[in-house]
Amino acid sequence: MSRGKPEPMQAVKQRRDAALRALVEGVPYIQFLGVTVDRRGDELTAVLAFDEKLIGNPVLPAIHGGVTAAFLEVTAQIEVSWAMLWDDLETGQIDPRTLTQETLPRLPKTIDFTVDYLRSGLPRDAYARARVTRSGRRYATVFVEAWQDNRSRPFAQATVHFLMPTRDR
Amino acid sequence: MSGVDKAKIASQFIAYLPHAKALDMRIEEVGDGVAIISMPYSAKLVGDARTGVIHGGAVSALMDTCGGAAVMSHPDAPGGTATIDLRIDYMRAATPEQRITARAECHHITRNVAFVRAVAMDEDTARPVAMATGAFTVERPEGAKQ
Repeated sequence: MSRGKPEPMQAVKQRRDAALRALVEGVPYIQFLGVTVDRRGDELTAVLAFDEKLIGNPVLPAIHGGVTAAFLEVTAQIEVSWAMLWDDLETGQIDPRTLTQETLPRLPKTIDFTVDYLRSGLPRDAYARARVTRSGRRYATVFVEAWQDNRSRPFAQATVHFLMPTRDR
Repeated sequence: MSGVDKAKIASQFIAYLPHAKALDMRIEEVGDGVAIISMPYSAKLVGDARTGVIHGGAVSALMDTCGGAAVMSHPDAPGGTATIDLRIDYMRAATPEQRITARAECHHITRNVAFVRAVAMDEDTARPVAMATGAFTVERPEGAKQ
């Protein structure tokens, strides 16, 4: 079996990073929270940069539960969108150079969201990773957890159900 | 502590939360285990740039705050609270440019757990935007008898 010459590394990186950027930067609320996304291959880690405005309880102080929920939901949404985008990106059906808010596929919509608070969010950066447990034509189920100092000691986790966007193609 | 004091404390506490301020939340009513808190529409909270619809995460933050305020204002609540879990059903997109109002009710409280139901609406109050159910901790002030 023969295969073509591998693409130059920079071309691969540029394509993937541009697509991810279009996805993340296109959502004002993600910018408001201050969430950025690190990528290693197709694995994503969302980072919530600590900021005073994210504080819920100023006495402890602790990150607002609503911020934690939003961070988890945003991470799950990016993960499921990214998984949806990945194949089209890698097969060349989507050209990231032309991706804009208008040409980016519609984002999946949250149907419901269940968050468990395991310990209080400390006033420092937080990280989250999501796993698409099941992704079908209409619905997707995503598990997501967030941690701060220790990966093995998550401070919150959530299960999210999404309604997948209708695909015209 | 009287119900009025409790409502006042809960209301002051919420006004003091940096994130509640960042979202410009406003207390409409709080007392007897019920809280009503609203939040204006803002371009920075948009989750879908094409439609201008607010992100579900911002609605979650409002529901969580409102749930906590409802617990704190319950006559049997001895002090503060923290969310144990929260489930939110998003029934429809909130209409852009409209204020979102959440109403949470602490419908049952035990020594350790408070149970909350909440609903979020925009100006069309006949069709809720989201509904939530949650469990919250019941925190006693330090030194208080268990």
